[in-house]
Amino acid sequence: MRRGPSLFNVVSVALGLAFLYLPIAILVIYSFNASRLVTVWGGWSLTWYRALLSDRAMMEAAWASLRIAALSASAATVLGTCAAIALTRGGRFRGRLLFSGMVYAPLVMPEVITGLSLLLLFVAFNVDRGFWTIAIAHTTLTLCFVTVIVQARLVSFDRSLEEAAMDLGCPPLKTFLTITLPLIAPAIAAGWMLAFSLSLDDLVIASFTTGPGATTLPIRIYSEVRLGVKPEINAVCTIMIALVAIGTIAASLMAKRGAMRRERAALGAQV
Amino acid sequence: MRASGKSGRRSWGARAVVRIPYVWLAIFFLVPFLIVLKISLSQTVIAQPPYVPVLDLAAGWAGLKDFAARLSFDGYELLVFDPLYLFSYLKSLEVAAISTAILLAIGYPIAYGIARCPPRLQPVLVMLVILPFWTSFLIRVYAWINILQRDGLLNDLLIGLHIVDAPVAWLSSDTAIYIGVIYSYLPFMVLPLYATLEKMDETLLEAAADLGCPRWKAFWLVTVSLSLPGVAAGALLCFIPVVGEFVIPDLLGGSETMMIGQTLWMEFFSNRDWPVASAIAVALLCLLLVPMLFYERLQQRALEGEH
Repeated sequence: MRRGPSLFNVVSVALGLAFLYLPIAILVIYSFNASRLVTVWGGWSLTWYRALLSDRAMMEAAWASLRIAALSASAATVLGTCAAIALTRGGRFRGRLLFSGMVYAPLVMPEVITGLSLLLLFVAFNVDRGFWTIAIAHTTLTLCFVTVIVQARLVSFDRSLEEAAMDLGCPPLKTFLTITLPLIAPAIAAGWMLAFSLSLDDLVIASFTTGPGATTLPIRIYSEVRLGVKPEINAVCTIMIALVAIGTIAASLMAKRGAMRRERAALGAQV
Repeated sequence: MRASGKSGRRSWGARAVVRIPYVWLAIFFLVPFLIVLKISLSQTVIAQPPYVPVLDLAAGWAGLKDFAARLSFDGYELLVFDPLYLFSYLKSLEVAAISTAILLAIGYPIAYGIARCPPRLQPVLVMLVILPFWTSFLIRVYAWINILQRDGLLNDLLIGLHIVDAPVAWLSSDTAIYIGVIYSYLPFMVLPLYATLEKMDETLLEAAADLGCPRWKAFWLVTVSLSLPGVAAGALLCFIPVVGEFVIPDLLGGSETMMIGQTLWMEFFSNRDWPVASAIAVALLCLLLVPMLFYERLQQRALEGEH
C-alpha cells in the first residue's frame, strides 16, 4: 500500500499492541513483587523464583512437559511434513478428500472433543494412560499445524527447480533430499517450534489423556490457579514467557542471517 | 513425484509418504470419533468402563446384534429435555457470536493499520502480533485474573481515577469471559485479515478516486469487499474454537450458566457420566459441522490452489 499510514492507523495498531502486551507486562512485573499479597507492591525481589526452585512437584511437571513437547513435536514434524508433501505433490490418490479433511479438522476442532475422543480410544483398547498417551495426543493435534506451515511453503516455491533436477535424470528421492528438503527446511523448523509450544501449552487434551503419575506443567498450573492468584505462578509464567521470547527472537535472527548470507552469495555470483 | 504419475507405478517411498500420516490420523482422529459416537449411544453404569453395552467382538454376529439391540438414546433425550444443556449450547453460541463480532471490529483496524505501515516495518508488527500467541494460552488467561480480581489493578485504577467508588466484581462475570476471549483470539483475527489486506492492489483505490468516488465509499466498495475472504477466515478461526472453549469461561466466568465445553468437562470429570459427555460432544460437533466444512473449503482453496 503506497499512501502512508494515517493517524487513525497508527493509533489503532499502537492500542492493539498495548492491549496484547500490557497484561503480560503486568504479570512479569508482579512476579518480582516482594509482597505475598498479589496486589500490594512491596519492592523488587526474587523470593518467588527461589520458592519455585524448591517446589519439586512443579519442577517435575515442567520436566515432563518438556519431554512430551520435544517428543511429540518431532513426531508431528515428520508426520506433518509427509502429509504436506502428500497433499501438494501426491496428485490424486484414493481417499484424498477424507485425508485433507482429517488434516484440517483438528485445527479448529474444540479441544474438549479431541481430548474426550482420544481418551475413549485409549480406554477402549486398554492402554495405560500417562506420558505416552499425552505424547500421542499432542502429536495428533500438532501435526496438522506443521502440515499447514510446510504446505504453504511447498505451494509457494518455484517448482521448476524440482522439475529441472528430474529432467536431468535425478531420481525422485534424491531430488527431494537435495532440492526440496533444503527449500522447505525453514518451514519445517517453524513447524517444529510451533508444535513444541502448542504441546507445552495444552491443558485440555493433556487433562483428558493423562493418567496417574503424569502431570504436565499446564495441569499443575491450572490446579494452582483455580485456588486463586499466587506469586509463584507469576514466576513460572514469567520464566515460560522469557523462554518463548528468547526462542522466537533467536529463530528470527537466524532466519535473517540466513537470508543475508543467501543475498550476499547471489551478489557474489553476479560479480 | 508427479513425474511418476499414474497411480500404481509409484515407488514405495511415495506411497509411504501418503500412508503413514493417513494411518496415524485414521487411528488417532477418525476411530476415536466412532468410539465417541458409540459410547454416546450407551447407558451409564457404575463399573469399569462406566457404560453398557460393551461391544464384544469375540461373540461374532450374535454379539453385534445383541449390542445393537441394547443401544439407547437416553443421553440424547437428556440433552433435548433437560434445559441445562440447551442453555449451555445457547450460551456458547451467544458468547462465540458476540465475541467474534467484537474481534472483527477491533481486529480490522489493527490489520488495516499494519497493512498501511511502511513495508519495512510490517514484518516486525506482524511478529509482535504473533508473539503473544506463542506464549501459553493458560498464562494469558491467568494474567487477566491478576487484573480483574476484586482488589486487582483494574479496580485500583478505576477507584484512583474516581470513576467508580467501590470495587466492581469483574471476575466471574460474562464481561470477564468476553475480555479473555477477545484477548486470546485477537491474533487469530488479525493475521488472516492482514494477509488479504496486504495483497490489496492500491491502484484500484486510485482508480476509484480518479473516477470521483469518495474515499469512504471506495474503502467500503474496494477494500472491505476484497478482504471478505480474510474476514471469513478470521471469523471462523475465532467462532469455531470459542464455541467449545473451556479454559477461559472456567477461570474467568461465573457459575450461573456454563458454556458447553464446561458442561462436557463436568459430566466427564465430576459426574463420570461418559455416555452423556459423549452425546454432548457429538451434538457439539453437529453444531459446528457447517462452519467447520466451510473453513476447510477456505483452507483448501488457500493452500492447494486449484484442487
